[in-house]
Parts: sequence; structure tokens; C-alpha cells
Amino acid sequence: MEITLTLNGKKRTASVSPDTMLFDFLRNHGCYSVKCGCETSACGLCTVLLDGKPVLSCSVLAVRADGHTVTTLEGLQEEASEFVGFIADQGAEQCGFCNPGFVMNTIALLREHPDPTDDEIRAYLAGNLCRCSGYEGQTRGIRAYLNAKKEGLL
Amino acid sequence: MLTIDKYLRPATLEEAYEAAQKKNSVILGGMLWLRLGNRRIGTAIDLTGLVPDGIEDTGDTYRIGAYATLRTLETHEGLNILTDHAVRDSLCSIVGVQFRNLATAGGSIFGRFGFSDVVTTFLALGASVELYKTGTVTLEEFCTMGRVNDILTHIVLPKSPVTASYLAHRNAATDFPVLNTCAALCDGILTVTVGSRPLRAVPYRFPTDSGISAENIAETVAGQTVFASNTRASEDYRRHLCRVLVRRAVTDVLEKSAAKAAREVK
Repeated sequence: MEITLTLNGKKRTASVSPDTMLFDFLRNHGCYSVKCGCETSACGLCTVLLDGKPVLSCSVLAVRADGHTVTTLEGLQEEASEFVGFIADQGAEQCGFCNPGFVMNTIALLREHPDPTDDEIRAYLAGNLCRCSGYEGQTRGIRAYLNAKKEGLL
Repeated sequence: MLTIDKYLRPATLEEAYEAAQKKNSVILGGMLWLRLGNRRIGTAIDLTGLVPDGIEDTGDTYRIGAYATLRTLETHEGLNILTDHAVRDSLCSIVGVQFRNLATAGGSIFGRFGFSDVVTTFLALGASVELYKTGTVTLEEFCTMGRVNDILTHIVLPKSPVTASYLAHRNAATDFPVLNTCAALCDGILTVTVGSRPLRAVPYRFPTDSGISAENIAETVAGQTVFASNTRASEDYRRHLCRVLVRRAVTDVLEKSAAKAAREVK
């Protein structure tokens, strides 16, 4: 089947089989930030934005993205660079494997709630699993970024 | 591993219905449960564009399109004000936002999964389902039906004033519930549902003028419900949890109801 979608701002047309997952399609098109962790829709590692909403690319058929807009971390470098330094400052990335999913979902969070409480941050990021950090580092990093923004330091 | 031979996006519900009659055809919902299976699907039927993905306010009901995502339900202000946020409370622990942006109301209800948070809540709230050929049936009746080879198009929730409370116990945040319950008081009838038993949710009804206490309701429900064991919890543990969660949910509903009545008197 032939599908056409907008990937990171560029139109892409490709032939896919009916059971190709969006995750595989994206990896085959050079989006290596999108990683497969659990393949059971549980870990959030493969998070991408589908029409601006965060979804698990391991659980979406590529054909269902036909005609839609898909954004991966490769397409959001500038937006992500604003706050990933704050996460790194807290030592929250450690092995770094979960980071792309965390960053994608944090972008979605901040677009939906520009000034979230710590509870809102935790609730929104509950679907992103991290085996290293215990999540406090990520929360502190996002909080530090928001505080810096409020203080006009960014 | 999931294998799909053919992907079909039908032009009409009739075409979708006919395609769905074949033995190895599957109607796609959010695909999150289906994805975990190890099966070969002949035709995967995508209803995008045929069933709505929004929530329509008809005046006396909320008519929820089968393709509305759980996140749409969770963030719908009217639905949550109506249900004392029981809908939001029942959905917010399901995996994560990314998952709930994919999982559909129709897929959750049509599957009538034993672990479902959605069925437990909507059953207590008196919801009905609209099926393309069968017509409208109550969710309670739908839960007792065997395999249904029809298309679920809408879930209908009456907008009658209701006081509700949803509680669940999970071994770990975002995991399947070990047990869940929803209590809803509407027109003097208190409906209590118990799900994740781990069997399908079941409803119980108590007239509030009978003066029965939250403790007695919890004992009655725990005594009458059939529980089972699985890797998450034993039958006995679930029965114990049932007493605690039902008592808390009913107490919460009765307190909120009394507070609402007091506000109305003022």
C-alpha cells in the first residue's frame, strides 16, 4: 500500500505492508531517535507526535498515519534544546535510552500545559519508564527549566 | 506477532459490516490490545471517518463516538463535571497519555475486558451502546451477551444528575487494576459496580431510602461477587479489597450527595 505523510515537515511517500508499524516506518526513514523498548505499549520510548498529539509509534499502523503529520525528535531539535540541558544538569538522563521518549512527551506536556505543577508533570509523564533515575531527576530538570523561564533567564 | 493480510477502509458502515462477517476479519479500535496478540488477521477494518471520534452533547445525553480516545473522555469538561470526575479518575492511571491518545472508547467497551476501567465506570453510570445492526442496548445487557458480530458506533451516557466515585487498586502505577469499583447515585438508586475481579464488571443496585449503610453495602457486594485469582492477586485478596474499596466509594458518594443537597438548600 502506498502512503503519504508529512514527516518532520517534509512530505514522504512510501509503500508499506498493511501490518507495518509506524515505528518501523520511521526507523526505515532515518528517524533513529525513535526506539523500541517494550513493544507492548507500556514504556513510552517510541513516543512521537501524530498531528501534534503524543502517541506510541510501536502501536500505530503506518497506514493509519496516511495523510497525517508525524513529528519525531529529529524535527524538534530546537524546541528540545531549550530544556534538555536542564535535565542533563540534574543527572537525570544517566544511560539516556529513555530520553527521546521523555523529551517528546515533555514537549507535548509543555505545549498543553505551559506552566504545569509537579503533580501534572508526574501525571503526564507516567507513561515514560526509566530504569535508572527514579524520575525525580527529570521532574527537577523540568521544574528548573520552568523556573528559569519564569525568571526570564531563557 | 501480529500479521495483517489486507487493510480495508470501507466507504460505508454496511460495507464494514459485511467485511466483518468473515471469520478472520477484525474491526480495528485503538489497536493496543490487538497489538499484543499473536495472530494472523485476514482483513483489518479501519472505521476512521465512519464512526465519530468526538463527544456530542444532545441535550439529555452525551453521545460518545466509538473512535473517541480515552484522552478525549478524560479531558472532556462536561463529562467530568457531570460524573464528579469519575470518568477522569477511572482513566488517568491507564498506562500514559500516549497510550490514552490511541485507545478508543469503543474498543474498550466492545472488548468488555475483565480488566477494564472503562466498563466498570460506564456500567455504574447507566450507559448504553449503539450497535449498527442490533440497535441500542444497555451496557449491562451488552456485558452479558456472548460474541457480538456487529459494529459499535456510539456509547450513550444519560445526563441525569449523578453523584459518582471511582476507586481502584493497582500493584504498580499504570498497571492493570487488581480490582476497581464505581459507585453512582442517580434518582435515589445507588449503583455499585465491581470490575477486574478479574472477570467482567458486575453491577448491584440499592435504593437509598432503604437506609442501608456503606458497610452493609460493601459486605453485600463482597459476599455476592464471584472473584478469581491470577498473577496479580488471589481471590481472597480481591474479596478483601472489594469490601474496602466499595465502602470508601459509597461513603464518598453519600457524603458528596449530602453536600450537594446542603448547597441546594442554601
